[in-house]
Amino acid sequence: MTSRNLAYLSNYAIYSAMFLYTIAFFAHAVEVSFSVKTTEDNEKTSFDFSRTDRAGRIGTAMMILGFIFLFAGVILRGASAHRVPWGNMYEFSITGALAFSGAYLFALMKYKLRWLGLPVSIAVLLTLGTAVTVLYRPSAPLVPALKSTWLAIHVSAAIVSGGVFLLANTIAATYLILDRMEERGGRSEWAKKLPSLEALDQLSYRLVAFVFPLWTFAVIAGAIWAESAWGRYWGWDPKETWAFITWVAYAAYLHARVTAGWRGRKAAWLCLFAGSTFLFNYIYVNIYGTGRHTYSGL
Amino acid sequence: MEILRWAWRQLTSMRTALILLMMLGLASIPGSLFPQRNQNPMKVREFFKNNPTLAQWLDKASIFDLYSSPWFSAIYILLFISLIGCVLPRTFEHIKAIGKKPPLTPKFLDRMEGFVELDRPVVGSLDLAEKWLKKNRFRVRREELSISAEKGYSRESGNLLFHLSLILILFAVAAGGLYGSKGETILNVGERFINTPTSYDNISFAKFQREGNMAPFSLRVLDFKASYDVKTNAPTDYTLQVAAANPIGSKEILKTIKVNSPLTYGSTKIYLQANGYSPVVAIRDKSGKLIFEGAVTFLPQDGNLTSIGAIKLPDMNPQIGMVASFLPTADRSPTRGAFSSFPEVLDPRLLVSVWMGDLGLDSGTPQSVYRVDTSKMKRIGLKALKLNETYNFGEGTLAFEGYKSWVNLQIVDDPGKLYALFGAIFAILGLLISLFTRQRRIWIKADGRVQIAGLAKNGVPGLDEELAALKKSLEG
Repeated sequence: MTSRNLAYLSNYAIYSAMFLYTIAFFAHAVEVSFSVKTTEDNEKTSFDFSRTDRAGRIGTAMMILGFIFLFAGVILRGASAHRVPWGNMYEFSITGALAFSGAYLFALMKYKLRWLGLPVSIAVLLTLGTAVTVLYRPSAPLVPALKSTWLAIHVSAAIVSGGVFLLANTIAATYLILDRMEERGGRSEWAKKLPSLEALDQLSYRLVAFVFPLWTFAVIAGAIWAESAWGRYWGWDPKETWAFITWVAYAAYLHARVTAGWRGRKAAWLCLFAGSTFLFNYIYVNIYGTGRHTYSGL
Repeated sequence: MEILRWAWRQLTSMRTALILLMMLGLASIPGSLFPQRNQNPMKVREFFKNNPTLAQWLDKASIFDLYSSPWFSAIYILLFISLIGCVLPRTFEHIKAIGKKPPLTPKFLDRMEGFVELDRPVVGSLDLAEKWLKKNRFRVRREELSISAEKGYSRESGNLLFHLSLILILFAVAAGGLYGSKGETILNVGERFINTPTSYDNISFAKFQREGNMAPFSLRVLDFKASYDVKTNAPTDYTLQVAAANPIGSKEILKTIKVNSPLTYGSTKIYLQANGYSPVVAIRDKSGKLIFEGAVTFLPQDGNLTSIGAIKLPDMNPQIGMVASFLPTADRSPTRGAFSSFPEVLDPRLLVSVWMGDLGLDSGTPQSVYRVDTSKMKRIGLKALKLNETYNFGEGTLAFEGYKSWVNLQIVDDPGKLYALFGAIFAILGLLISLFTRQRRIWIKADGRVQIAGLAKNGVPGLDEELAALKKSLEG
């Protein structure tokens, strides 16, 4: 099969994945909204999730199918250019969406996290939507600086860390919303099914603690690669600077939890701050930034 | 004295170390938002031109040399000292604690985080418990009626390893900054380079680096090949062939340098950084006497290697200067005029405008070799030359005889690099050990009834399951 056909196939797979994620999004929306039970006098609403369990299961099934199609799309994109599919920002974005939904599905095997399906499907749809409309570039070979085994190692580590960081962020944000609700006199009906504040707090911490070494590795792998491509292992290039800031922010978060005993609201804000430095790095530095990490193709 | 001790205690507290780390993170932000002299001096100059007043103020705060500024260095040196003062004592304490027994069993076990009691006493429960604990890699302290056990000691080892590695990385960075050199040189295909300071176009030495320490090699550029994607014009490969001798005068060996694979001599590495074209020209005066013949390095301006350069002839009378551009694949458009549409040489042109008058070379101010100061000159000709074409500009002739590729080599000596790598590897190891080790204490008392209690440090989950497992093993 020619490169061009493979690239087209990849595009079809990604559009199909977007379609599946849209269904997943609606299924999760139905799951949450239709579980509200209103009594006849319209005064008391209660919740009955057994009624919408099927919608939730459909949602999860669609998330899995979407993941498979997205996975295929990413692989085909790589095959069309005979390389790992991380050569420009379109490719980073589709792989990032894959990592994010992968992190969700992986966590779903271990924890009762189906409620996260709604925000995850929205985030994945937004990312893919931006990717195919704004960021799309035809499949092309790599520039010489990217021709290195480190591309596969450094970028995959960075993308996976990013996916997990953002998942931890989503959970921290949920924590803050629910925390405010409880402070104002109790959770809204739709939020009653969600886990306890304590469980959310623990979960976002564990995700960060789990992936922090991987992020450290991503930065170090980048430094090793920079040494062989650019002649220095650290040069305070904007991308490097912000990777360092993200690292410092998460290091502070881990210390705040482990040694200073931060929990709950303060920890969640710190987690959100750290995650936003990662997003800033991805969006601002790729699009407006100068420096040597200008592979976005924009 | 008291004050000094107090200051030292403050500086080496973990809180201070963390605040310094955060400050280092915050302090590095402006460097990513404002251009840096060592990365992009042109952008800095542009910034000064556009915002002169702001730029002056920013420059006073060293914003354009942020990462070598006194205040940035101050933060990281303080962090460095703070880390050492914080981590070293902990390391000694940790080493002393190796082989020590776990602390005594506390009096009231039911106040612990995890607590279970056996429904009925079991004969030999302490023996059974000891066996179970040892199997699960606890360190055990057996008393007459109780056991105190501890696990996860390596958490602190990993933690310390991580922080010691950070210190090693900081040392390595400092070593690179004090004992290195970094320089650049542009070489045309066919030219030879000898690694001495005068051969470089620019070179900077670290404080303690001496010229005698430079690796004694020489290079001869044999061939440079660049290939491009025909659809996107993006480069797909650069390959440089050199004949290298180390030390100088020994037998030359054929070496290949690519973007991701530099040539290495000890702690010195030679990187392929950029490339471009040098048109080969011959200039004769009115009498036909050869004034200049050779390759003139031009600077690429875009991805298709539209290049600009200057040919200066101070020895002609009156002086002649040529403002020139080289187009590897010439094209024209009404809006852009002449430009290059592909980076490989397919249909080359040399565009020159010839100026006569005073080149201004005697004024003493250094000039760019790529530009002509035409303020005291007047234009006497304009021409686009094809390959092998000769142009008569009145005062003489210019022949466009060919072109050569040039490469820009960056030659870096960083003796701290290897230590930084070791530091990085150990840091990750330490991090993995400390984050994935679970630290627990378990106590068992058998004084009539059998009580089991446990404590999980840092709130790591799974304690209750572990206690339940122990209870089950005792009940048989």
